[in-house]
Amino acid sequence: MKETKVIELEEVAIRFSGDSGDGMQLTGTLFSDTTALLGNDISTFPDYPSEIRAPQGTVGGVSGFQVQFGKKQINTPGDNANVLIAMNPAAIKANARFMEPGGTIIYDSDSFTEKNLKKANFTTDDPFKECNLEDFFKIPVPITSLTKEGLKEFGLDNKSVLRSKNMFALGLVCWMFNRPLDYVEEFIRDKFKKKPVVVDSNVKVLHDGYNYGLTMQHMTPSYLVNPANIENGTYRNINGNHATAWGFLAAAEKAGLELFLGSYPITPATDILSALSERKDLGVKTFQAEDEIAGICSAIGASFAGDLAITTTSGPGLALKGEAIGLAVMAELPLVIVNVQRGGPSTGLPTKTEQSDLMQALYGRNGESPVVVLAASTPSDCFYYAYLASKIALERMVPVILLTDGFLGNGSEPWKIPTMAELPSITPRIAKSAEGFQAYKRDEDTLARDWAFPGMPGFEHRIGGLEKNVTGTVSHDPENHQVNCEIREEKVQRVVDLVPDLEICGDEEGGDVLVVSWGGTYGHTASTVREMRLAGKNVSLAHFNYIKPLPKNTKEVFSKFNKIIVCELNLGQFAAYLRDQMPDFKYHQANKVKGLPFTVSELKESITKLLED
Amino acid sequence: MTDVKYTIKDFKSENEVRWCAGCGDFAIMNAVQRTMAELGIPKEKFAVISGIGCSSRFPYYMNTFGFHTIHGRATAIASGVKAANPELSVWVMTGDGDAMAIGGNHFIHLIRRNIDINVVLFNNRIYGLTKGQYSPTSDRGFVSKTSPFGTVEDPFVPGQLVVGARGSFYARSIDGNLKLSQSVFKEAEKHKGTSVVEVLQNCVIFNNGIHNAISDPNHRADRQLILEQGKPMLFGAENEKGLVFENGKLKVVKLGENGVTEADILVHDATEVDPTLHMALINMQLPDMPVAMGVIRAVPAPVYDVEMEAQIKAVQQTRKASCVDELLNSGNTWEVTGNGNGTDKKCS
Repeated sequence: MKETKVIELEEVAIRFSGDSGDGMQLTGTLFSDTTALLGNDISTFPDYPSEIRAPQGTVGGVSGFQVQFGKKQINTPGDNANVLIAMNPAAIKANARFMEPGGTIIYDSDSFTEKNLKKANFTTDDPFKECNLEDFFKIPVPITSLTKEGLKEFGLDNKSVLRSKNMFALGLVCWMFNRPLDYVEEFIRDKFKKKPVVVDSNVKVLHDGYNYGLTMQHMTPSYLVNPANIENGTYRNINGNHATAWGFLAAAEKAGLELFLGSYPITPATDILSALSERKDLGVKTFQAEDEIAGICSAIGASFAGDLAITTTSGPGLALKGEAIGLAVMAELPLVIVNVQRGGPSTGLPTKTEQSDLMQALYGRNGESPVVVLAASTPSDCFYYAYLASKIALERMVPVILLTDGFLGNGSEPWKIPTMAELPSITPRIAKSAEGFQAYKRDEDTLARDWAFPGMPGFEHRIGGLEKNVTGTVSHDPENHQVNCEIREEKVQRVVDLVPDLEICGDEEGGDVLVVSWGGTYGHTASTVREMRLAGKNVSLAHFNYIKPLPKNTKEVFSKFNKIIVCELNLGQFAAYLRDQMPDFKYHQANKVKGLPFTVSELKESITKLLED
Repeated sequence: MTDVKYTIKDFKSENEVRWCAGCGDFAIMNAVQRTMAELGIPKEKFAVISGIGCSSRFPYYMNTFGFHTIHGRATAIASGVKAANPELSVWVMTGDGDAMAIGGNHFIHLIRRNIDINVVLFNNRIYGLTKGQYSPTSDRGFVSKTSPFGTVEDPFVPGQLVVGARGSFYARSIDGNLKLSQSVFKEAEKHKGTSVVEVLQNCVIFNNGIHNAISDPNHRADRQLILEQGKPMLFGAENEKGLVFENGKLKVVKLGENGVTEADILVHDATEVDPTLHMALINMQLPDMPVAMGVIRAVPAPVYDVEMEAQIKAVQQTRKASCVDELLNSGNTWEVTGNGNGTDKKCS
């Protein structure tokens, strides 16, 4: 037997790809968790079609899951994959353009039949040639027949047998990357504990895959990726939607309030609703409303009644909630609206990521209707921004829109678990004295009004969508309206005292090019700037999490650089906003609206061009 | 609760009431305020929620917690209020446009969920605040500013929607009958679940007299059947007429004619779960039948806000996490030790 080929890598990206019914999301997730438990840093990117079951075997039905892990800090799931696991020809076609030159392709050779090649629109019998993948290292593995062979003693029907194919692939990949199988085994045993035959068959196939790698090591390379050097502490894997949900739980506990979520299911935000629905043990009230409007309206009702109230949605849903957000602005009630952005307009690209709702968040309502706008930047920091959004809403009596996106919501990374004690305090503005209480009497510094809700004797008052005077009485007085419009705007601007200064990653004294990004592109812009700096380029990064109000020192930071390039997944919305807010600077742009995250290489290209201009 | 004593004055706010002189809303508000004063519920526990329309100005005139919201959404907002604090007495003030048109979806889903909220539906069969367009309860052929040649659509019958959405409580009253309104509002508050009270209301400016055929003092005894629980369905000046159920239909009979006695007359049972007879009563129209008034349906059914709290309590009995720290550390976690400070995630 030949010596095993061992390749030691700093970082590696693996893409699991197959039919949307092949269980690739689960396979990818289990592999990521196993890898994180071994101490590697990871970043994941699920990429799946919006149809639950597009026609089997077609390119439109391909579901992928990419994970990058390494012995260093990993900020992105990787531009391209070093290793592709393809369960059918369509997966080759869909992923050819995401392959790193010199990479490895493992594929189920049983599925490369004439019929399947045709379904994937291949015109010849050599799909690799058609996709210009001839130079890649290809490992054909008869996954289907080996799975069938391994399970023939189990007396399972054909469908159940085929459903276990993904476990064979997972076992094989675990061998290649020196991952133990215990975690996956434990998962299978727990998930199917009521169906012993499913447990046994899946565990068998998993081991068959692993052993296949071991036996065939003369042809299968084995990779070694050492643990990352990360900060000491207790870690867990978390995706952005779960982190968002848990951030609200933490905020409610800190504020001493009940948590209420009114929401209507919408991709890719639904997981926040399900994650909070699971948490009845912590007293969460989740209300699956009849539509997006009722989702926010029920939350506004709960806020009026004294809960920490939130609503979660994605772009089209935010459009439907617009009028009600205006009501929360007028009534000056605490409310957090989460928009997990996806490709638009209209139904757009529901399962793909984009940052094109920025203008909608800032301005998409009737009248002068200012709200605070925040954006999370990594899957795990969705927790902190959900927490901070709640803090701002409760302490300043103002609606807050939190922007995340499909990439953050579904992507996951290891997260150093915080303790409640280390999170900042939250002091809701609950009214204390009924004597002299007026609905719209304001704090001099923050301009926030006090919060009194039904059940508090002596505080009976009326609020509503009509313009009011200080007592809450309807007022059509022209002067009063002007003053109130200005106050509501100023109230949002004064939130700036809770906003940390904008940091410069790179040359704090300034330099040639400042890369500006916001929200979910952080991993890619940070990796880009880091790599360019290692290559000696004079590039720094300023990444925004606070959109409205902008950090106090924004202008000062911008003024230190010769050139500014704003990178975002839309056609230039943040750049347009900055031109309006900070008109003294020239803003170059790098934009992408393909429903996909940036790649480090395309960002490098744009920035290099600007450096050389 | 028993020692709380209020008068109607306690429920009037300092705001000037701005409905048109002669508007039916005044009488309805009077009945609501009288009812609230008598319920023995502490005043701070009332939350009055409205949408948009003339009737939706209601909360401003009430010295309770009030929220004048946006068009059609009062039912959705009130759902959140009640879910957040089930101890409140939550009242929605809405009209035929607010509840049946723009807010139709929230209206039926509130009823389906059976959240313990009282909905007072002011039905004047016209859009008053926007000055006289036809509404979803205007009759086919109704002439208005937006239907100068008459409408070509049929109206909703609110009670049908309530029963169709599995409603557990539906009552009907008319603005001029303060006593009846008060009694049905009281029943509505007592009922556990969504209570819908449709009040036939006169818009003195844009649809004056729309309910006159029903309210006309000279004929109302013949034209209204005021239902009472456990009592025979009798009406007429001398209670000489009654209802029987024949061939799957309601029919008006006269006592003494063809040997009909009071024993033949249907006895009203609002608590009957089968909605057949309630639907038939709701559907009765002039001129052949009297219009049914009073509590038509009041059946026990699981209440959303009660169930929601009970479920949370039940889950908490066997809970996995009792605080966020426990939650964050549950499931798959791992320790990283000995790596020093770690590398920084920043780009420098």
